Amino acid sequence: MDAFSVLTPGGYTTIQDQGRFGYQQMGIPVCGVLDAFAFHAANLLVANFRNAAVMEITVMGPRLEIIAEADLAVTGAEIGMTLNDQPIEVWKSFSVKPGDILDIQQVQSGCRAYLAVNGGIDVPEVMGSRSTYVGGNMGGYHGRLLKAGDVIKCGRAKRLPRMRQTPSDMIPSYPSEIVIRAIPGPQDDFFLEGLDVIFHSDFMVSTKADRMGYRLQGPKVEIRKGMPKSIISEPTMPGGVQIPPDEQPIILMVEQSVGGYTKIVTVISVDLSKVAQATPGDTIRFERVSLETAHALYQEQQKTLQDLEDRIARQ
Amino acid sequence: MQADLFEKARFRTVGDRGLLVEYGDVIDPDVNNKVRSMIIVMEDNPPQGVTEILPTYRSLLIIYDPSITHPAELQKTIKTLEARLGEIKIPPPRTVEIPVCYGAEFGPDIDFVADTNNLTVEEVIELHCEPQYLIYAVGFSPGFPFLGGLSERLYTPRLETPRTLVPEGSVGVANNQTGIYPVASPGGWQLIGRTPLKLFAPWRRNPFLYQAGDRIKFKSISAQEYARTVEEEAQ
Repeated sequence: MDAFSVLTPGGYTTIQDQGRFGYQQMGIPVCGVLDAFAFHAANLLVANFRNAAVMEITVMGPRLEIIAEADLAVTGAEIGMTLNDQPIEVWKSFSVKPGDILDIQQVQSGCRAYLAVNGGIDVPEVMGSRSTYVGGNMGGYHGRLLKAGDVIKCGRAKRLPRMRQTPSDMIPSYPSEIVIRAIPGPQDDFFLEGLDVIFHSDFMVSTKADRMGYRLQGPKVEIRKGMPKSIISEPTMPGGVQIPPDEQPIILMVEQSVGGYTKIVTVISVDLSKVAQATPGDTIRFERVSLETAHALYQEQQKTLQDLEDRIARQ
Repeated sequence: MQADLFEKARFRTVGDRGLLVEYGDVIDPDVNNKVRSMIIVMEDNPPQGVTEILPTYRSLLIIYDPSITHPAELQKTIKTLEARLGEIKIPPPRTVEIPVCYGAEFGPDIDFVADTNNLTVEEVIELHCEPQYLIYAVGFSPGFPFLGGLSERLYTPRLETPRTLVPEGSVGVANNQTGIYPVASPGGWQLIGRTPLKLFAPWRRNPFLYQAGDRIKFKSISAQEYARTVEEEAQ
């Protein structure tokens, strides 16, 4: 059923779920939400199933006219928001009725926010996912960014018996100086001083930062003398830190499947949400961790997600 | 056996969920055959905790769930499976013809490729259309074919800074590789022409015209033919 119509679309607004798996070998990147933690929380707040599609909002939010009664929640970046001109808070669910105007404004900290509606956003599944792949013009809402006049549908669902909120100790903060943990490799043997540079320098997030990758600016990360500047193209993973010939790092994100530049380090899974919330001008510092530490942090994160689920669903 | 084909896999760590398995450091059909055989063996004997297997020219990226398995465990399994590679039959390749309008607005870097190699533009086109290129892997963007067999006389380095937007259908070269951009995307290859064919169409029953292991042959066409084919493809 029709859920809302888009009055203004905001900066870069797309429909996403966890992503489209199993086609990377045909060059279809996973896509999906950049901040998995905020996505998970948004769906929990409106009692959705785990992989319900949401709206990913970037820097500037959309203005929506509500068509049907529903429960909504916005998580992720700290962002100003009003319902019929009355301020409402993020990380909490709220009810809307036909004719309401939901105005999601500009982020105050962080970069991406997630709007979930109970029943999930209803767009056709393309190759196993509802995620938009803008670069491939497929999935989501007609394979593109939302624009004014679009009418977004949602699935049918039971309304919430009472509103839910995220425990305040579980809401992340998004500082503009960010420490990102990373493991050397896969091509750390192409670098000598480069590894010292990457782990002991401040890098600034440039304006070229999107769902494909975050270009950083800082000291040059030099490839060892005598080593080739590019390699035979190979699959990439979100979090791979690629060094192109201009020797300025790029953190690869979800809309890339294969690449031909060396990757000096790879961001650990649990810190990808931090990258997702970085904005141009923010400072990034990489901290070296071992594979064992990364795996321990991964297990800890699984526990945290379970804890979040228990504490929200109990309300 | 050649020195560049690894007898046994070499492993690289790709973050906390990836293990890269390399079978060589050259673009060579023998290396690629080993990669493709290994996929078949692994699909028949899926190791526990492996969520995806992504092949390319000369390597496999194995994505695993760290709460189920560990890369040390996967390395052991892979070494065991390697013993069975000899039994594998790989399906025979097809050849797909791709029409390309070379130069001018469609191939803004063709002069650079010609100058770099002391060739005329006509020689670049002729050399590019000659081989039957083997598709070692598809990736980077939907349907992007990585092709081996480029004439050494066309080797040209990648752009120093990648373009932020390469138009759909663009044909490019980068070092010893050539390929086609099936959708508009950022990219660092030197562009020499453009095909009017839709190489990726998610709405088609088969969204792709080829797969890894097939061969591609380029055919030079005029701007008129290009325009005509664009119209046909839109129907």
